[in-house]
Order: sequence, then C-alpha cells, then structure tokens
Amino acid sequence: MAALFVKILLLLGIPTQVLANLTINMPVGVTDVSQKIYTLHMLVFCICVGIGVVVFGIMFYAIIFHRRAAGHKAVKFHEHKTLEIFWTIIPFIILVVMAIPATKTILEMDDTQDSDLTIKITGFMWRWQYEYIGTKVSFMSDLSTPYEQIINRAEKDEHYLREVNNRLVLPINKKIRFLMTGNDVIHSWWVSDLGVKKDAVPGFINETWARINKVGVYRGQCAELCGARHGFMPIVVEAVSEADFATWLQAQQLAAEQEQPAHSAPATQTAPAPIPAAPATTPNTPAPDAPASAPSPNIQTPAPIAPVPSPNAPTAAHEAAVSPPAPALDAPAQISPVQTEQDKK
Amino acid sequence: MNYEHAQVHVEPGVLGYAKRWLFTTNHKDIGTMYLWFSLIMFFIGGAAAMLIRAELFKPGYVLVQPEFFNQLITMHGIIMIFGALMPAFVGFANWMIPIMIGAPDMAMPRMNNWSFWILPVAGSILLSTAFMKGGAPNFGWTFYAPLSTTYGPDSTDFFIFALHLMGISSILGSINIIATILNLRAPGMTLLRMPLFCWTWLITAFLIISVMPVLAGAVTMVLADRHLGTSFFNAGGGGDPILFQHIFWFFGHPEVYIIILPAFGIISEIIPTFSRKKLFGYYSMVLAIAAIAILSFTVWAHHMFLTGMPNTGEIFFMYLTMLIAVPTGVKVFNWVSTMFKGELTFETPMLYAIAFIILFTLGGFTGVMLSIAPADFQYHDSYFVVAHFHYVMVAGSLMAIFGGVYYWLPKWTGHMYSETLGKLHFWLTMISFNITFFPMHFVGLAGMPRRIPDYALQFTEFNMLSSIGSFTLGLSQFVFLYVIIKTIKGGKKATAQVWDGAEGLTWEIPSPAPYHSFTTPPYIPPESSPHHA
Repeated sequence: MAALFVKILLLLGIPTQVLANLTINMPVGVTDVSQKIYTLHMLVFCICVGIGVVVFGIMFYAIIFHRRAAGHKAVKFHEHKTLEIFWTIIPFIILVVMAIPATKTILEMDDTQDSDLTIKITGFMWRWQYEYIGTKVSFMSDLSTPYEQIINRAEKDEHYLREVNNRLVLPINKKIRFLMTGNDVIHSWWVSDLGVKKDAVPGFINETWARINKVGVYRGQCAELCGARHGFMPIVVEAVSEADFATWLQAQQLAAEQEQPAHSAPATQTAPAPIPAAPATTPNTPAPDAPASAPSPNIQTPAPIAPVPSPNAPTAAHEAAVSPPAPALDAPAQISPVQTEQDKK
Repeated sequence: MNYEHAQVHVEPGVLGYAKRWLFTTNHKDIGTMYLWFSLIMFFIGGAAAMLIRAELFKPGYVLVQPEFFNQLITMHGIIMIFGALMPAFVGFANWMIPIMIGAPDMAMPRMNNWSFWILPVAGSILLSTAFMKGGAPNFGWTFYAPLSTTYGPDSTDFFIFALHLMGISSILGSINIIATILNLRAPGMTLLRMPLFCWTWLITAFLIISVMPVLAGAVTMVLADRHLGTSFFNAGGGGDPILFQHIFWFFGHPEVYIIILPAFGIISEIIPTFSRKKLFGYYSMVLAIAAIAILSFTVWAHHMFLTGMPNTGEIFFMYLTMLIAVPTGVKVFNWVSTMFKGELTFETPMLYAIAFIILFTLGGFTGVMLSIAPADFQYHDSYFVVAHFHYVMVAGSLMAIFGGVYYWLPKWTGHMYSETLGKLHFWLTMISFNITFFPMHFVGLAGMPRRIPDYALQFTEFNMLSSIGSFTLGLSQFVFLYVIIKTIKGGKKATAQVWDGAEGLTWEIPSPAPYHSFTTPPYIPPESSPHHA
C-alpha cells in the first residue's frame, strides 16, 4: 500500500522535481537518504492536500448552498454513529500508510555502521571545526563573507553568508560517518542537500552519516540558536571524486607533517587556521567599527594542521583537538569540553 | 429574574476607582482585566514582531544588531504565549464559565483576584529585563541550556522569576476553574450538558496544573545551575544539556494544547450559533479533547528528534505524535458537519470561526508532516516550523480569541459592535496573516533556519513579502482596538439573546450581563443541553 503511494509519487516525478528547483520546496538532495526524505515529504504533502480538498470542499459546499441568504433552512441532526466511527478509523489507516515508509527511512538514517570515513564536527561559537579521524587533518571553517557586505557597504556576493574560508571536502560514493559535538552551546549542523541535520551537543557525541552521489558544492548553516552570531556560521561541503579526495587528503597530511617539527607547541594547540591570516574579515569580530580589511580567500587553502606531540600517537591528536583555544571573541569561558572520545577508527 | 441589586458599588474619586479594580472579586471584573492585560501584551509582543520583520526585510543589517535581535525573538515568544494568549483564555473562562453553568461567581473569588494581580507584576518584571545591563534574555523562549545557563545575561534571573510568577498565576486560576466547574453547576447542569467551552477549559485546567510545576522545576534548575554551582544541564559537571529539553518540552508540548483547547471551545460555541444547529457529535468532541490532552503528555520528544535520540525513541514519539491527528481530525469533521445543512450567516465571529477551521487545519497538516521523524530532520528549526506554529497559534488561538471577543462583546457591553468594522478587521487580518506566514513554508523548506537575523540572498523575496504582510497585520489590530472602545462607549442596544441562533444560559440573562448574574441557581431542563435533539 505504502509502496504504491510512493510509486504514484514517482510517476508524478516531473512536476515535483520542477517544484524542488523553484526553491519553494525541500531540495531532493544528493544522497539516497535525502531523496527518500523528499519522497516521504511529498507523499505526506499529497495526502494532506487530498484530505484538505475533500474537507474544505464539503465545507465550502455548505458555505455556498446552506446559507440563509440562499434560503436554506437548518436541518436538525447532531449525531451519526457510523459516520463518526468511519472518520476515526480512516485517518488512522492513512497514518499507518505514512508510518511504514517513515519507519524504514528512520532506521536507515540511524544506521551508521560500516562507514568508510569518519569526520568529527565540533560546533563553536561561531564556527565549525572539522577533523578527519585517523589522519592529522583538522581545521576550522569560518564565515568568509566580508563584514562590509553584512553592513551593506559592499555589494553582496552570490553566496552571501553561505561561504567559508575552509570547505569541508568529502569524497563521493563513500559512506561518511559524522560525529558531532559542541564546544560551548548546542549547535546544529544542517546541509539539506545531504539530508543531514544533527545537534552538536557539548559533552556528548552524536552520530549520523551521508553517502554523497554527486560531485558539487553543498551549502548549509547552523540550525540551532547558539548566540549572537548564530546566523553567521555557514557550512560548505565540497564533494569531490574519490581520486581527487585522496590527492587532497594526502596534501593536507603532508602539510600537517611538515609543520609539525617546526613548532614545539603544546598539544592543546590546534591551529584555527585562518584567524591570524585574515583578521576581521568576518562578523566574528564583535566591534561594529572593526576595520574590515581584504576579502578573505574563498578558496580551499590547506589549513595548517595541529602540531601533535608524537607521531606515534595519532589518537592523541584527536583528543587534543577537541579543546582548541577559545575563539578570540567575546564568548565566555568554555565549559565542558568533551573529555574522551571513543573512536572506532 | 430581578437584577436590581446587581450593581457594582464604587466609592467616588480616583481612590474609589482604584479600589474597585484592585480589590474586586467579581468574575466579570477579573475577566475584563485579564482581557485588557492580554490586549496590552498583545500589542507589545506585536511591536517586537514588527521589529523582527523589519530586520528581516532584506539581507544585511537593517535596523537592529544580532544581539538585540535575539532579545526580540525571546521577548516576542514569551510575551505572546504567557502574556497575550494564555491570559486571554483565562479572561474568557472567568467571564463565561460561571454564566454558562449558572454559577453566581467563581468558586474562590479572592484567590481569583490574586491570580490576576500576580500577572501584571510578572509581566512588568519580564518587560523590565529589556532595560537591564546586558540586555533582555536572548536565548529564545525555549531557553535551552547551556545558552541560558552558562551564557545567559544577568537578566535571566528576572526572566526566571517572572516565569515562576506567571506559573503560580496560571495554577491558581486553573484550580479555581476546576473547582467552579465541578462544584458550582446549577441544578440540571450535568457535566455532559455543559457547553463545550466549559469542557475544554476543565481539561485545559488539568493540563495546566500538571505541567506548570514542571516548568517551575526547569527554571529553578536553570537558576541553580547559574548560581548554586549545580550541574543539571552541564556535561562538564556530569549533567546533560538534553535533560533540559526533556523537562522543558514535557511542559512545552502540553502548553501548546493549553493554548489551543480553549480555542476549540470558543469555536464550538460560535459555529452552532451561526449554523442554527446543535453542535454535531458533542460526545465525540468531549472524548476528542480528552484524548488530545492525554496524548499531549506522551509526545514531547518530537521536538527533540535531532538531539541524538535512540531510534526506538524516535519511532515511539513519531507514532504517538501522528496519533494526535485522529482526535484533531474528529473535531474538524464535527465542525464541518455542524455547518453542513445548517442555516449559515456570516457575522464577524462566524468569519473568524471559518478562518480558524481552514487555517488551523493547514497548521494541523504541517503538524502531521513534522511528525514524520525522517522528514523532521529537514524541517526542524527551519522557517517551516515557524510557519507551522504560527498557523496554529495565530490562525488557531488568536483568531478564536478574536471570534470570541466579537461573539460575546454585545453580552459584555450591552452594545452591538459595528459589523462593517468587524468585517474590515477580519479581512485585513485574514489576508495579511497569510501573506506573512504562508511564504515562510517556502523559505523553510528551501533551507532557511529560524532565529537568524540575516539570511542568504535566495530567501530575499519571500522575506520581503512576509515583512510587508506582518506590518499590515500589526496595523490592522488598531481597527480591533477601535471597535472594542467604540462598542464599550455606545452603539445599538443588544438584546438578551444577541444572536438569533444562540442558545444556553449566557443568552438568557440581559445584555450587558448584570454585575451579579445568578444569585439564585437557575434550573437547566435536559432539552436545553447543547446536544439535545
């Protein structure tokens, strides 16, 4: 029954696809899960429209024909057992029809087993940190929209507020597991094209996953109110081919290793890469009169990587990376950084 | 019945006037004060909404800084829920329940006075936070930890105190309503002969006394975390930020029904009157309200699908949430059936009732969509949710309140309101409401998160449309204010029955309702019950 509805929807595929492109509907997305969510969304939407047409149709029939101005006299009735039982049971059956595919999808969404790659995402006030678990690659991703654009002194870019200095680069056709946590308050990592949204809760690690089917750049932003700059912590995912990803990751690794002997910094220093390089290019600078300087490099620069104390202890890097220096902002002292991380890799 | 002694005794002078309102124990006076308080808060909360929409008129900073924007969204939510909607329904309850059941007054008149007068104090404390150092609370009306604990401004403590006071006020008011309905019904007025409005409030009052203490617990724990060194919601001390959400939504979800059930009651009074028919399916209406109320305790975590719940939890809360559609559907079907084959006329209250049914049902549809857990991962915290709950709260609760005011205003004041102005207010509200909130569905689905002060360029057009709609919606409410004042001052004399299809005790006492309505209990013959053939 449920499958039949989904099939009917797929037959209607062309108009619904058009609807999705007009940015008045949920994006179909580029993962199997996001496509399933979209189908489910359209299924429930169409059922609701159908019910609405019937109920409002009857109502407007009464409004037009059963009004005093049309000379109608009230007919006295106020109960009908069969009818009342009927309209209690029918909605229940419709709900079951919706619940079956919904249950299947939710089970699939929660199944993070057998992943090929794990990315740890940490929400900060107000930026994201990405760590490629099992490698030394780790970097901060900040909004790169110049402050002048936000205060309307410069023309806004096409991707205004949805551009970052360091993109999250991911391979396609791989099951990528995301581990999410928050450093200070609850954030929520949302990229609707991937069908992924999950809260990043300080002190806890949430899991979700995505397998991207298509090369491209996918944009999103923080979805949970996290303070003054909540609207200014975008997410940019760049999905590349597996080969490109391997090359990129290797370059990043190399950069990380080269940088390592140069410093003898303590283990807690995970470099939030772009901050010294391009200060005051983002609204993270709290003062409104802050000198907004050169536009930030909106390219995927290889981020300087966290120096680790010993190359023999890669896991130490992950633990250390959890508590990077506080962003140089007006944020209060951090609390409850994640103490331990049970990483399967 | 002789109402000659049914006059209010007022001492002369300003002092006499102040005493008359400050010390009154009359349910009609207190109901009036609740309604005025609600109207004032409605305009303040509306002003906050106008500022929000002004900021969101176009991308980039327009009017306010992000810090202040967050204060605005918090104050708008708290003021509208605790200051405008809830007190308005308590006002209706105070005015109408004793009249509907043939009681002389509320069961505990002095406590009634107190439960009202706590409110302006609480409201003032809440509003005063806007002038405090560090600004008003800025974490949204849901005040999630740790944003409200570790990172909350100093004014958070005043916010907590105000919520405590409002909670006490609601609990006292609810106890009074329960006591009144259970004890003061006139002879012959059995529970199942009560007007449906009384039923909705009886059940709502039980919801309030069940969940308001939970809110009090939540804010007290926030207070303890802030000042007493506890770590209820701090993972660094062994606590859990998600625990806060569980506690908050265990209050917060029934709260949604606290706000909508009395609206159901008002609509269930208006529709039969202007359809000239008895309410269809009275018993199933009562059952549906009870079912919704019971289910409302079991669905709170559908606000938390993204927090990392185990999937058994997700499935459990998804199923139960979907189930609420069944009793809610029954109510809508019953209203439509009441209208069917009736003798409809379309005075302002009826227009509001019809708009309520249509728009609330749309809000219900998006509610069903949101209940589908996998899809909720896309909808959650987006403008789709904002659209959903404004269709329920504004088109649902607020339009029911408007309808109720127009419906009972002749009974309260003794004058008919201007039907032309009433209809003007209705159409302005109806059209501008939809211009404001319908586009929010689109931007939400397209990926715009809620509670952001600035947004990406692809959302611009719809946001402009929303803003224009909201300014119209806000300004239209001055028509409402004008109609009320004009009706109080004068107008065509209202008859006792007011509406030709109106039935029940309310419409047997004169208009305006005498200061003391039932000094001796009336007898209610079975054939006058709302479901007698």
